[in-house]
Amino acid sequence: MAKLLHYSSLTKKFIMAIAGLFLAVFLMVHLGINLFILPITENHVEIFEIAVHFMTSNPLIKVFEIVLFGGFLIHIIYGLILQIQNWMARPKRYKIEGFSHTSFFSKYMIHTAIIIFIFLVIHFINFYFVKLGFTEAPQGPNEVTNNHDFYNMVVNLFSTTWYAIMYIGLIIILGFHLNHAIQSAFQSLGLYHSKYTPFIKMVGTLYSIIIPLGFIIIPLYFLIN
Amino acid sequence: MDLTLKIWRQENAQARGKFETYKVTGISEDASFLEMLDILNESMVDKVQLPIAFDHDCREGICGMCSLYINGRPHGPDQGITVCQMHMRNFKDGSTIVIEPWRAKPFPVIKDLMIDRSAFDLIIQAGGYVSVHTGGVPDANSIPIKKEHAELAMDAAACIGCGACVATCKNASAMLFVSAKVSQMALLPQGKIEAARRVQKMVAEMDDLGFGNCTNTYACEAECPKDIKISNIARMNWQFLIAKVGAQKMNA
Ligand code: HEM
Ligand code: SF4
Ligand code: FES
Repeated sequence: MAKLLHYSSLTKKFIMAIAGLFLAVFLMVHLGINLFILPITENHVEIFEIAVHFMTSNPLIKVFEIVLFGGFLIHIIYGLILQIQNWMARPKRYKIEGFSHTSFFSKYMIHTAIIIFIFLVIHFINFYFVKLGFTEAPQGPNEVTNNHDFYNMVVNLFSTTWYAIMYIGLIIILGFHLNHAIQSAFQSLGLYHSKYTPFIKMVGTLYSIIIPLGFIIIPLYFLIN
Repeated sequence: MDLTLKIWRQENAQARGKFETYKVTGISEDASFLEMLDILNESMVDKVQLPIAFDHDCREGICGMCSLYINGRPHGPDQGITVCQMHMRNFKDGSTIVIEPWRAKPFPVIKDLMIDRSAFDLIIQAGGYVSVHTGGVPDANSIPIKKEHAELAMDAAACIGCGACVATCKNASAMLFVSAKVSQMALLPQGKIEAARRVQKMVAEMDDLGFGNCTNTYACEAECPKDIKISNIARMNWQFLIAKVGAQKMNA
């Protein structure tokens, strides 16, 4: 463990980038399941419940869950260590700063990260801890039948206007994080190519728009209805 | 031109330092920024005041000594040049100009606007060389080199070690400088032999000296007076990864 903290700056960045990209892939899977909350097919609730059942009971997914939590943990710990070192590297600040041209959201990675972290905590209280029986299931118009009944929990949460709006706001912040993050991860991994880097940058930008948009449609649907 | 200057004054490395305001009048638009400071300094000497200390040497953009952080940008508002090459026509008559030293923990202020950049020398000493016997000059083309590699190496070698990349980086990271020095050698056959050892040693030294970590903001590339590209950073990242994974253990 102590060794993990003494890796060089570049090694920390590699590990962080891999963990970040892994989280980004997971986010796509997560969205894929979430979209079935919306009436996109006749039996969408059924499909959603099958997916949730699979995600909560399959033994392989249990292993995956550990990897996922590990990914978050490493990403967060390294993110914080690197950021603190970066603050320490300039003990005396400039009177005038921030005039150089930069990748825009790169300046706010730690800020967006902290907000995502708060979002994660809320998310755990609303879902994961409910599953484990640590917290109460969210109440609302629908009755929650058991602690795996995520469909009705989601309906209850998104039927609360302030919650739906807060959720949308937090997802937009996540989009800001991802906007800089995807292409940054490739640069950190040393994957630069004059032909393909513009393509990676474009895919990263599209990802950071499309994935948050997908997550936002769901509370939006409940807000409108 | 008439200008108001807010300049960082600090007697020595230990002093607290503060901004002082100065007025200069009748400056030609064709004067260089350093000439403008010379004029101010002469007038201060006439008044028996201590002139402002700032680094400079060649004044033709090749030595890397000049290092002023002007209105929030290293080397001032003009693109792709050092401050010694920047002219006063980049400023409006009557404007206020704030001049600060580079700010980074490994670059302590010596006096006023002068900073100690020995940290860069230590990084070079850690591995930024090719350890071979220098014999006679070899015949041209006796070692074939790809043209694109020769050009990339030359571009990287254009780095003058000024430290503007560190100065502008919000993390005070030296990655652009170190990656330019790693690249200029790793791209050529003579330098390739020690590439794995070099990149590990130079990165370790960079970390030890207390430079910040790169978060790919790309401010360095935007401000580098020699247009060093961030693709060098990616090259160094990749080489480091390969070296860590593939190369034999280094005996310290
Ligand atoms: C689903 C959630 C998240 C995803 C998909 C994600 C993804 C990424 C990626 C791919 C990077 C770029 C890594 C690199 O350039 O090396 C990054 C950077 C960063 N992440 Fe995350 N991240 C997430 C959540 C978080 C959280 C919760 C935190 C901390 C509380 C965090 C902190 C950071 C920081 C500080 C950076 C900046 C590093 C840099 O600018 O290079 N991230 N993130
Ligand atoms: S990379 Fe550019 S900004 Fe950095 S030290 Fe070299 S010349 Fe100066
Ligand atoms: S004084 Fe030599 S580069 Fe400016």
